Amino acid sequence: MDLATILQLFDSSLRLATPLLFACLAGLFSERAGIFDIGLEGKILASAFAAGAFAAVTGSAMLGLCAGLVASIMMSLIHGLASITFQGNQIISGVAINFLASGLTALIGQNWFHQGGQTPPLSGSGRFQSLTWPLAEKLNSLPVIGPIYKELISGHNILVYVALLCVPVTWWVLFRTRFGLRLRAVGENPGAVDTAGISVTRLRYQAVIICGILCGLAGVYLSTAMAAGFGREMSAGRGFIALAALIFAKWKPVPALFTCLLFGFLEAVAIRYQSIDLGFGTVPVQFMQALPYILTVVILAGFVGKAIPPKAGGRPYVKER
Amino acid sequence: MKLTHIIAGAVAAFGAATAALADPAIIYDLGGKFDKSFNEAAFNGATKWAEETGGSFDDFEMQNEAQREQALRRFAARGSNPIVVTGFAFGDALASVAAEFPDTNFAIIDMVVDQPNVRSVVFNEHEGSYLVGMMAAMASKSGTVGFVGGMDIPLISKFACGYVQGAKAANADVNVLQNMTGSDPSAWNDPVKGGEITKAQVDQGADVVYHAAGGTGRGVLQAAADAGILGIGVDSNQNHLFPGSVLTSMLKRVDVAVYNAFTDGTSDNFETGFNILGLKEGGVGYALDENNESLVSAEMLDAVNAAAEKIKSGELAVHDYTSDSACPVM
Repeated sequence: MDLATILQLFDSSLRLATPLLFACLAGLFSERAGIFDIGLEGKILASAFAAGAFAAVTGSAMLGLCAGLVASIMMSLIHGLASITFQGNQIISGVAINFLASGLTALIGQNWFHQGGQTPPLSGSGRFQSLTWPLAEKLNSLPVIGPIYKELISGHNILVYVALLCVPVTWWVLFRTRFGLRLRAVGENPGAVDTAGISVTRLRYQAVIICGILCGLAGVYLSTAMAAGFGREMSAGRGFIALAALIFAKWKPVPALFTCLLFGFLEAVAIRYQSIDLGFGTVPVQFMQALPYILTVVILAGFVGKAIPPKAGGRPYVKER
Repeated sequence: MKLTHIIAGAVAAFGAATAALADPAIIYDLGGKFDKSFNEAAFNGATKWAEETGGSFDDFEMQNEAQREQALRRFAARGSNPIVVTGFAFGDALASVAAEFPDTNFAIIDMVVDQPNVRSVVFNEHEGSYLVGMMAAMASKSGTVGFVGGMDIPLISKFACGYVQGAKAANADVNVLQNMTGSDPSAWNDPVKGGEITKAQVDQGADVVYHAAGGTGRGVLQAAADAGILGIGVDSNQNHLFPGSVLTSMLKRVDVAVYNAFTDGTSDNFETGFNILGLKEGGVGYALDENNESLVSAEMLDAVNAAAEKIKSGELAVHDYTSDSACPVM
């Protein structure tokens, strides 16, 4: 395996990891504040649809982005309303969000565009184009560093860089700001936060909205950057893989980055090496395609160690009277 | 008790009445009616029939596997006749439903169901794929061409095998990359993954990529156009999707099969049994129109047409993967 092949694999991993990373960080904010969210998948789907539809109608990827964020935040607020204000079961509300998004996108898409739930294909300014960094061609002649710069660092669309940037920002917000401290506290011991005179409800709503924004970015990336247009069920389980990544990363932003890259890498390997010839026989394609999921189970069961979720997670906060 | 009898009688009478005024029906496979490929071709055939005869037809797009037999039985119970199903995956469901409704005519595309009231339409996809394989190898400058299949089933290997044979016939040294999208029916409708597979093939040097992947193919052709290489469409004529970036399309005249089934079925002229549509019968071929004229050279056309004549006359036999589950060139 030469350098070019390795770089192409990493390049592909980065593209595939981006939506996972957005969704994983979204879940991180929400769960750190004590709101379990298995509705990530639904939010990604809703946002992918809104972004694809508005980008197709207006021809502008930025307007698509705005629409995607709005759709995802709306879904988040429904989850917030059910689980914070009405103190409902967060798992049930999350499942409802997933079903709602799956049904609504197909229904609205069919009635709007009459193409079986797809949106029309996007082209030109309707998509986020890949950015070529300065000097990429010139530096290419340098050994090792040149190709790394050209293949791996340059040539992605803006959302990939935004996702990577979100990791240090998330770390800084959570661990170095007053807001982050309170957010973590509200997921561990909301009673203490309340005693200090800070509104638990308000903090949790803020967390849920941030979760909506990040999920929205994941969806926008799927329909307007990675693909060109929305297709039915295009989130394809990424929200759930992101949840697995979140547990694997133990609810911490930097490990989340590496976990998502690992899952992206496994998918990239499965795509590129469909039947590996081992000399005495070939590994069947089905095995390679199941590999990311098999490894998810193995990793979660054996190697993750003890993953302790935020203590107050999943429980609505009820003030003692 | 009496009341139930009356209702049952009324329902039976109503059922008989609707059966007499039967409309044909069609059920699409999971790629969806507007996959710009296989199912859309079926839809176009049905639409053509409706426009020409002024008739109407019922259709159904499945959302999941569980609806396959359910939808089929529901159409049959409502008295639709004939009922066309598109896709090999309907085989088992149709075998049981066709036996339950012996007076209803069924047609299935891409699969053989041995029942007295079923017409099984299969295509010689390997012949059409052979022709586009030749064009791919001749259009390729890098000497590497790609194939992206949908679900990993023998039918798709049949496309792949024909394609490789054609490519090797035009250029014996050609390198053919092959990938399947997945091993379950969702592989027919996953353009994101299709695009990523295509990017991986482009990274490995492919500059012409042929897809046989239904709705997933939209992502394949998109990624090919983005990377500035050539794609090859399948089933429907997909040249117009990315003009200048689609070398040609392997036409599989699913539309003709559906049109014929509807026409025969509504005029009591429905022949059941085995129906093979190959190059000779005009069932498969390649697409040439104003969108790809400039991409296809005269030299390519000559070679492809010569090969087509040989296949039609039987002088050249393209190996069919499904006949022995093996491909001599792979």
